[in-house]
Amino acid sequence: MKTNFFLLAGIFLSLSAQADWLNFRGPNGSGFIEGNKNLSTELSEKTTAWSVDLPGRGLGSPIVIGDKVIVTAASGPDQKELHVICYSAADGSKIWERKAWATGRTMTNKKTNVAAPTPASDGTHVYALFSSNDLLAFDLDGNPKWMRGLMLDYPNASNSLGMASSPIAVDGTLVSQIENDSQSLALGIDTATGTNKWKMDRHKGSNWTSPTTLKLGDQTIVALQSNKGIHGLVPSTGSQFFHFNKGASGTPSSVASGGKIYVPSNGLTAIVPDEKGGDPAVLWNESAQGPGTASPIFIDGKIYTINRAGVLTAANAETGDRIWRIRLKGPFSSSPVAAENGHLYIFSEKGIGQVIDITGAEGKVVSEIELNDTILATPSISGDALYIRSDKKLWKFAK
Amino acid sequence: MLFGNQRARKGELSSPARFVSFALMKRTASTIVAILFSASASFAELPDSFADNIAAIQAIGSEGAGNKEATAAWQAIAKADGEAILPLLQAMEAASPVSKNMLRSAVEVISENELAAGKKLPVDSLGTFVLNTSGSPQARRFAFDLLSQVDSAGARKLVPGFINDPAVSLRREAVTGVMIAGKAQLEKDKDAAAKLYREALNAARDVDQIDEITKTLRELGQEVNLPKHFGFLMDWKLIGPFDNSERAGYDTVFPPENEIKLDATYDGKGTAKVKWVAFTSADEYGMIDFNKPFTSMKEVVGYAHTEFEAAEAGPAELRLGCKNAWKIWFNGELIFARDEYHRGARIDQYILPIRLSKGTNTILVKACQNETDESWTVQWEFQLRICDSTGTAILATNRKKAVVAPPAKKK
Repeated sequence: MKTNFFLLAGIFLSLSAQADWLNFRGPNGSGFIEGNKNLSTELSEKTTAWSVDLPGRGLGSPIVIGDKVIVTAASGPDQKELHVICYSAADGSKIWERKAWATGRTMTNKKTNVAAPTPASDGTHVYALFSSNDLLAFDLDGNPKWMRGLMLDYPNASNSLGMASSPIAVDGTLVSQIENDSQSLALGIDTATGTNKWKMDRHKGSNWTSPTTLKLGDQTIVALQSNKGIHGLVPSTGSQFFHFNKGASGTPSSVASGGKIYVPSNGLTAIVPDEKGGDPAVLWNESAQGPGTASPIFIDGKIYTINRAGVLTAANAETGDRIWRIRLKGPFSSSPVAAENGHLYIFSEKGIGQVIDITGAEGKVVSEIELNDTILATPSISGDALYIRSDKKLWKFAK
Repeated sequence: MLFGNQRARKGELSSPARFVSFALMKRTASTIVAILFSASASFAELPDSFADNIAAIQAIGSEGAGNKEATAAWQAIAKADGEAILPLLQAMEAASPVSKNMLRSAVEVISENELAAGKKLPVDSLGTFVLNTSGSPQARRFAFDLLSQVDSAGARKLVPGFINDPAVSLRREAVTGVMIAGKAQLEKDKDAAAKLYREALNAARDVDQIDEITKTLRELGQEVNLPKHFGFLMDWKLIGPFDNSERAGYDTVFPPENEIKLDATYDGKGTAKVKWVAFTSADEYGMIDFNKPFTSMKEVVGYAHTEFEAAEAGPAELRLGCKNAWKIWFNGELIFARDEYHRGARIDQYILPIRLSKGTNTILVKACQNETDESWTVQWEFQLRICDSTGTAILATNRKKAVVAPPAKKK
């Protein structure tokens, strides 16, 4: 009986670990999650499992931890009311909500919002960062673990257009890029205590990109992108592991896969960091494949980008050679996501969800849905379901 | 009926103040906590460690220090029952912004647990707390929301009394009510509508409400003096251009940072000789535009100087909107500086606490223009006002009579 219990528990943990979508663009910040082969390729009323009203706007994605979906929002005349809300993945019922007063400046461009960053989790806690640089840690039952007001600590760490970089939790360290024109920095925060493990001055300049992670040998490295390029760091210490110094975009983030990083740099540049550190080698560069706002995604040997005109391009990830391209219904602030079902999912700013079959010689849009609300957030995938938040609602789609 | 005589006059408590058991303070709680508790109700049922735990939460420091102890304290506090709600709200008064959020989450959890257990929240105490205008504005608003949650109709009855409340978010509710009443009169009695909208304007502190009220008042043929309502400083002496090539001017100390001699002439950018010129803003939102006297320029630094005659000494806020890099000195002391260019500006973008001296106070603003040539980087300007913590204008005794300004174009 005991054996069976642990076997079942092990299976459950394995499944839930496999299913979790813990941060912006899911596993390693890649946009791609293994499994989820039964994810619906149809977005329709029929596949709408549930939708719930949100208490405020936000651009951050929902994250999914086991049977909980957590999303942030900001409300009030000056977006000073911050929300962290946990919903049941099963039926969308609210499990808990915590509110906080913004302690930093809440000014943003009207298009964006104080709840622009996606929260991060390590599977046991959720770390919610806001554009006001409030950073709130809760356990999965909504009990606070620690709280920080980063603009109180670093008074010029803000961007009047709004901050949007999403943190990522790696091996007990929450890596956060608090980068801007003035007091620009990156932090490695102890997830247990909320104190700094390290603090690093960063290039001064607006930067809305988010960290990605990759395995190099036995090490997990976190890659921080900025206008200057990519710094690969050891998450626990912040020590530099590699540096790509050819510049990069401040909006779409890089994606890493198979020991390579595909960087929005001079179009799109594939780099190969050495396991021993040092400057990465450039595998290829394609100036015509520069992404717009959406970040690139790597799936099964191909790299996909969406340019400012809403054209989705599939390219050979080893050579950068274009394979096909199709025009989607844009414009896009959201980034595409995918699972192991041969389809790509993307939502336009106008609220049009599109599913693209990427298994054939050409990409093909196989399903569309109009959600009739502004969508600037990137979807999330977990447990054979897709989650997307619009300005007003959180939606779940599943078979 | 919620709180009996909760329509009491502003600042009064609706029920007699009760006092906390001093047993609560026998422990090693901070003096501040003790002071706060001395004005609260009796909480003899709470454990002796309660005040210590509140102090631990209040002790969260910079860069995350103290969070570990605060979390442990929070876990103990969150197990308390509804009796803990009021002291937690009171503890917000002496809490840092971060600690205040930690306390807030404790109240959220306790309230949820009480309601889930079928118990009632302490509505009388909450009502008293809301009506005590000397309390923390955020805590009072939070208490009001708790009340609204359990007795929406009762809470709404409090709203008209918030019309001059120091808690701006509560005041906003009352202003909204007056605006609705004014709107209802628009088609029936324009004079009555104008009177109501004027009442709303006098109370309004949020820019969106002020704009909407102003628009309606003007449609009703009423005059509105926005610079005076906000307290924008309109009259300045400007000097420039100094050099900001490669943005080096931000850190360069030009003569106005060392001396204010309004009749002096200095070497400016290139071969220019620069001297102070008088400038009065004609903008409703108090924009001080360096491009007007100096023409549109790039890679330059300008300074603006003014004197503010205060009727009395006291705390105040200097509120700035600026999309250029800037520094501000108040009475000769550098109080903040920021090297961000053209990421946007708005009223009250930066709120800087100051202490006014009775009589003459000096303000010096350094505004830096960068090298970029996009159409949205032309602006070389700022707007500045002095007000109290509610956003209520503090007007200088040497303020000139209002200039008739054109309808607003920018904020």
